[in-house]
Amino acid sequence: MDSLQLLIDGFGAALTPVNLLYALVGVTLGTLVGVLPGIGPAMTVALLLPITFTVPPASAFIMFAGIYYGGMYGGSTTSILLNTPGESSSMITALEGNKMARRGRAAQALATAAIGSFVAGTIATALLVVAAPAVVAFAIAFGPEDYFALAILAFTAVSAVLSRSLVRGLASLGLGLVIGLIGIDQQTGQARLTMGVPQLLDGIDVVIVAVGLFALGEALYVASRLRHSTPEVVPVGRAWMGRSDWARSWKPWLRGTALGFPFGALPGGGAEIPTFLSYAAEKRLARGTAREEYGKGAIEGVAGPEAANNASAAGTLVPLLTLGLPTSATAAILLAAFQQYGLQPGPQLFDHNPALVWGMIASLFIGNTMLLVLNLPLAPLWARVLRIPRPYLYAGIVVFAALGVYALNGTVVDLVVLYVLGLLGFAMRRFGLPVAPAVIGMILGPMAEIQLRRALAIGAGDVTVLVKSPVAVVLLLLALGALLTPLVRRLAVRRELAPTVIHEED
Amino acid sequence: MRMRILAALAAISIAALTGCGENAGGGGTSGAAGTLRIMAPASPGGGWDQTSRVAEQALKAADPKRRVEVYNVPGAGGTIGLSQLAGEKGNGNLLMTMGLVMLGAVEQNKSKVTLAETTPIAKLTEEYEIVVVPADSPLKQLSDLVAAWKADPAKVSVAGGSAGGTDHIVAGLMAKAAGVDPKKVNYIAHSGGGEALNALLGGKVTIGISGVGEFAEHVKSGKLRALGITSAQRISGLDAPTLKEGGLDVELANWRGFVAPGGVSEGDKKALTDLVTKMHDSQPWKDAVAKNGWIDSFQTGQQFADYLTSEQARVKGIIAEMGLVS
Repeated sequence: MDSLQLLIDGFGAALTPVNLLYALVGVTLGTLVGVLPGIGPAMTVALLLPITFTVPPASAFIMFAGIYYGGMYGGSTTSILLNTPGESSSMITALEGNKMARRGRAAQALATAAIGSFVAGTIATALLVVAAPAVVAFAIAFGPEDYFALAILAFTAVSAVLSRSLVRGLASLGLGLVIGLIGIDQQTGQARLTMGVPQLLDGIDVVIVAVGLFALGEALYVASRLRHSTPEVVPVGRAWMGRSDWARSWKPWLRGTALGFPFGALPGGGAEIPTFLSYAAEKRLARGTAREEYGKGAIEGVAGPEAANNASAAGTLVPLLTLGLPTSATAAILLAAFQQYGLQPGPQLFDHNPALVWGMIASLFIGNTMLLVLNLPLAPLWARVLRIPRPYLYAGIVVFAALGVYALNGTVVDLVVLYVLGLLGFAMRRFGLPVAPAVIGMILGPMAEIQLRRALAIGAGDVTVLVKSPVAVVLLLLALGALLTPLVRRLAVRRELAPTVIHEED
Repeated sequence: MRMRILAALAAISIAALTGCGENAGGGGTSGAAGTLRIMAPASPGGGWDQTSRVAEQALKAADPKRRVEVYNVPGAGGTIGLSQLAGEKGNGNLLMTMGLVMLGAVEQNKSKVTLAETTPIAKLTEEYEIVVVPADSPLKQLSDLVAAWKADPAKVSVAGGSAGGTDHIVAGLMAKAAGVDPKKVNYIAHSGGGEALNALLGGKVTIGISGVGEFAEHVKSGKLRALGITSAQRISGLDAPTLKEGGLDVELANWRGFVAPGGVSEGDKKALTDLVTKMHDSQPWKDAVAKNGWIDSFQTGQQFADYLTSEQARVKGIIAEMGLVS
C-alpha cells in the first residue's frame, strides 16, 4: 500500500503542535463563519489568502481545510435553532431541524448534524484517498445534457418539500425561478431584469436570497406575532442522542455521504443539490414513526442532508487536487492559494509534491476530528440559545443578517435587496407559502437553463442530444420514477381499499 | 449563560467588522504621505485581486514607510469599481487594478463611466491566450479548424469564459481573420477556465480558449493539444505555434495595469508613476511575476495611455461585430 504509507507520512507531517493549532483555528473560524449568515468559507479563505506570503504551505492548507469543513458544519446550527440557515447548503437542514428544535429536540438535531458531518467527512476523505481517479473520470464524463437531467431530477426532489398545497409550493418555486433570472445571461452576455441597476448585473447572490427569505422573513414574522399570542414555550429535552436517534441516523449518514461525494466532484454540482436529493430520498424511504414525523421534525431529514454537504466538500477536493479543476467558490480560492506557493494542482501534483498533498489529506482527517470534538459538547449549550428572550434573539438575527450580507460585496444595494426579500419572506409566511422551494428554484433554475442551452448549442440545435448520453437517460428515468411512484402507489392503495374498508392504524 | 453567548456573538461581529473594515475606511485626501489604497474591482481570489495583493507586498518592500491597503469592489466585470473610482476625482492616493476584460465590460454593460475618465498610470503584466483541442480531436492544426469553421460554424463549439470576455474576443477575432462571420461563432460560455477545461477533457466541445496558465499543464501532460497561442513569438517551454504561424493574423494579450482617478494633479501622477516604477523594480514583484507565469510588460505615461485608447477601440469594434451589444 503505497498511498497508505504516504498517508502515514502525511499524518507525521501534519501532527505537529503548530499545525494542530492551525487546524484548531481553522475549524473554529469555519464554524463561526458558518454560523453567521452571509459570510461563508469562500470569503473567509479569500480574506486569509495573504497569509500564504508568510506561513508555510502545509500549515496554511491545514487551516483552510479546517475552515472549509467547519463552514459546512457551522451553517447547520442556526438552521436548526433559529430556522435561519447560515449557508445555502444547510437550508434543507432547517426544514426538519427547526421543527425538531421546537419540539425540544434541538440538542439531538445538532448532535446528529455534528456526528453526521464527521462520519461523512471521514468516509469522503478516505474515498478521496482510494477513489479519486474513478471519481474524476465520472466528473469529466459529465456533459451539459447530464447536468440538465440532474437538474430535472433535483426538481422532482423539490416536490418533497412543496408542503401540503401544490399550488402554493409551485408559486414559491416560480418566485425563485424569476429571482434566478436576474443578471447577465451567461451565454449571450445580455442583462435581464436588472432595471438599470448595475449592481444587479451579476445577479442576486443565493446567500442573500436564503438569508432574506429565511432569516429576515422569520424574524419579521415572529415580531408580528409577538403581541398576538403567548410565545410557545420551547421544551428543553434531553441533552444527548438516544438509542433510537442513533438507529435512525446512521443509514441517512451513509446515504448522504454516497450522494454528496460524487456530486461534490462535479464542476457544476455544488453542495446544495446533494442535500435536496438526500432530503427527498430520506422522505421516500421513511417508514413507521419516521414517516409520521416527516414535516414535524424527523431526525432523518437532518442527518442525511448534513452528511451530504460535508461529503460534497471532500468531493470538491478530488478534481481540485487531481486536475486543478475548482468546482466550488472555496475550491477556486484554494487553487489560488496553491498558485501563491508556485504549485500547480493537476496530474503532476501527487508526484511532485507528495508530502504536501498527503499532509493536506491527513490534515482533513485531523480537522474533521477536531470539528467533532469542538462541536459535540457544544450542542446542548447551543440549544440553550433558544432560551434567550425572543425580542433580543431576533433583533440579533436581523443585525447579523445585515452584517453578513453587507460584508459579501460591501454595497448598500445588497442591503436593499435583502430587506425587500425579507418583506417577501414575511408575506410568504403570512399567506402560507413555503420558502424553501423559492431558494431551490433560484439555485436549480439557472443551472437547468444554462446546461440546456449549452447542450443544444453544442448539438447545433438537435434536441436528441438530451437523451444520447446514458447518464442523462438514467437520471431522467429516475426523475420519471420519482414522479410516478406516488401516483402508482395511490392507485394501488385505492384498488386494495375498494373491496373491503380497511381501518388504518395510527 | 445568555450574556456569555451574546458577548461571544458580539466578539464575532467585531472580528467580522474589522476583517472588512478596511474596505469601508474613508478615502484619503490628496498628498504624497497618506495611505495608498488599491482597489481590486473584483471578488477576492481572481486575477485582479491577486495582482493587487502581490502589488501591495511589493510596494511595501519598495517603500517601507508607505502604508498600502487593498480593498475589493466586485461586480459587473469591474465596471462597478470603475464608477466608484469616478467618484474619487482628484484623489492622488488611490489606484485601481484593471485590464483588457474591463474594456469589454464597459461596452457590454453600457457603463456610464469609461476609462477615458481615469488617469492611466502603468501597464504591468500580460498573459497570452491559448487555443486547444482534446488530444483525440480530428483537428490537428489551425488550418483544420479554419476548414471546419468554413464548412459549418455551428458545428464548431468553442468553450471559454464569460460571454464578451477575453476568450470570447479571441474567438471573434480568429473567426474574422479566417473569413467567418464572428456572429456565427458557436461560443459556449463557462464560468471560468476550470469548467471549460472539464468540457474539453470530457470531449464535449470542439475547441477551447483560455489563458495559457489555465491549459498549459494539460498541454504538457498530453491531454490537450495546442493549436495556437495569441502571442507574437512562441513561448519557451510550451510546444505551441503562434496563431500567425498558423495563418490567422490575430495577436492579443490579456494585460493588467493600474489607473488612478481622473483629475489628479501632475505632481500626484508623477509620484504614483515613480512609486509603481519602484515597485516594478523590486525583488518581490519580480519573484511574483515569475511564480505566476506572468509576462512583464511594464509601460507608463503617454505610451500606456495611447495603448489603452487603441485597445478600447479594438475591443469595441469586435464586440459589435460579434453582435454582443444591442
